[in-house]
Amino acid sequence: MNTKLQNKIAITIIKAIAIMVVIILAFLIGRILLQGLPHISWHFLTSPSRAFTAGGGIGPQLFNSLYLLLLTLIISFPISLGAGIYLSEYAPKNGITTVIRMAIEVLSSLPSVVVGLFGFLLFVVQFKLGYSILSGAIALTFFNLPLLTRNIEESINSVSNLQREAGLALGMSKWRTVNKIILPEALPGIVTGIVLSAGRVFGEAAALIYTAGQSATNVNFSNWNPFSSTSPLNLMRPAETLAVHIWKINSEGIMPDATAVSAGASAVLIIAVLVFNLMARFLGNYLYKKMTSAETK
Amino acid sequence: MNEFITTRDVHLYYGSKEALRGVNLDFPDKGVHALIGPSGCGKSTYLRCLNRMNDLIENVKITGSFKINGEDIYGPKTDTVELRKKVGMVFQQPNPFPFSIYENVTYGLKLSGIKDKQLLDERVEMSLKQAAVWDEVKDDLNKSALALSGGQQQRVCIARVLAVRPQVILLDEPTSALDPVSSNLIEDMLLTLKEQYTIIIVTHNMQQASRISDTTSFFLNGELIETNETKHIFLNPEKQETNDYLSGRFG
Ligand SMILES: Nc1ncnc2c1ncn2[C@@H]1O[C@H](COP(=O)(O)OP(=O)(O)OP(=O)(O)O)[C@@H](O)[C@H]1O
Ligand SMILES: [Mg+2]
Repeated sequence: MNTKLQNKIAITIIKAIAIMVVIILAFLIGRILLQGLPHISWHFLTSPSRAFTAGGGIGPQLFNSLYLLLLTLIISFPISLGAGIYLSEYAPKNGITTVIRMAIEVLSSLPSVVVGLFGFLLFVVQFKLGYSILSGAIALTFFNLPLLTRNIEESINSVSNLQREAGLALGMSKWRTVNKIILPEALPGIVTGIVLSAGRVFGEAAALIYTAGQSATNVNFSNWNPFSSTSPLNLMRPAETLAVHIWKINSEGIMPDATAVSAGASAVLIIAVLVFNLMARFLGNYLYKKMTSAETK
Repeated sequence: MNEFITTRDVHLYYGSKEALRGVNLDFPDKGVHALIGPSGCGKSTYLRCLNRMNDLIENVKITGSFKINGEDIYGPKTDTVELRKKVGMVFQQPNPFPFSIYENVTYGLKLSGIKDKQLLDERVEMSLKQAAVWDEVKDDLNKSALALSGGQQQRVCIARVLAVRPQVILLDEPTSALDPVSSNLIEDMLLTLKEQYTIIIVTHNMQQASRISDTTSFFLNGELIETNETKHIFLNPEKQETNDYLSGRFG
């Protein structure tokens, strides 16, 4: 067989596989959107869910998902930023840092159910945090940390060494060079990573079922005192998220319009994740252009 | 000659590899001094000892004595930050920060705590003029330095170094990534700067070395073979190796 023909066959096969993947994806997303979109309304998005009667919404679940996401990022971003900076700029190449890197690899490949059960045993039971937003946020942090750390480390590593030398040769301290030169340049990549991880966290269910719990307690959306037990901001209340809600309706939902609620909620989830992905691209590109554009001010 | 920079018995090891094997080399105050030699002979390594950039590399061992104006570069009391303000460096690839031209040039000054806008403005204009790039950028100082051509970027990088008023400027093949016109601009600029600064330049371009430098040092395999006035080195070198290298027999 001549090489030209081989080349042609290989390319055709690769193309076919790629097209297949795209078709499957388009079919899935299209189906979820087609089934779910008709059920989405302002009422659906804002009103509380109902367990036994039709006409419930997903308001609290949507809020819980967003609130949990925010808390997770607040906890995991500073930690992974510190770890990422340390690993890329300061860590010596020795046994200890190799072990740290391996630990991060292993952590990132843990199934999320395992993370959830671990969180259940340690935080919910051992530390007596109960089914709560806080337990959920910590579990999600475990789930999120390795990927975010890797992303930040890689973004920082991708900044050219020339920039480090320029800073140091100008008499800047190492910390200042990292802080003022390297981090701003790595920012577009870091932001993209954060938003993408936000999408993954938003859609996560398995890690939350046994940590943040499966019930959406009645919260009073006019009470914003985080220490009050009926406040939506309360960290110690159980909080069913959108993804967990979908899982629950499908496994044990008994409301008459369960299929419709599930379809609508799935569509909302998919749209949110799509928005996160688009936002990641947009923000990353925007920041990059801003950093390198003709006008800086 | 009254020596401004003196280095004695310099050995440098990258791990177990000896990259400098006992170099003794001095530079007088002011003027342009060229370091030449085949690729891998240790020119950059030697140059980077003078502002301690080699400290950044893991597993480097440096021995010998290095003095600038009598002060020990590797002394226990030497502050690398202060040292690098005194000994500026320009690299082979232009490496402006991803900020505006103005910010690039004032960065080192702001670092030393200078905030007076008028003084900053003055220094920017003066440094960019010295670096022969003022006329090209004076109307868009707020433009990102990354939007400039490679040759302009390199001159802005030189201005960035000049702005902090160093005594010594190290240049590691500063024109090898540039077009001939930009290279000529930089060569002419170095010729005017040499009245005020001690300039040490690594170059692979023999014409460049002979055109702009006052003294030339020839390195080979981590050793200094010969150092002398540039005319002398190019017209009648004392060592056979130098002669072979200059006549293109190796390297
Ligand atoms: N970071 C490093 N780690 C290990 N070895 C190095 C390192 N940097 C340089 N070397 C080695 O040290 C020797 C001298 O390198 P150096 O960069 O000083 O050469 P050079 O004369 O500047 O060459 P060129 O003209 O190609 O720039 C080379 O053999 C090189 O492989
Ligand atoms: Mg070199």
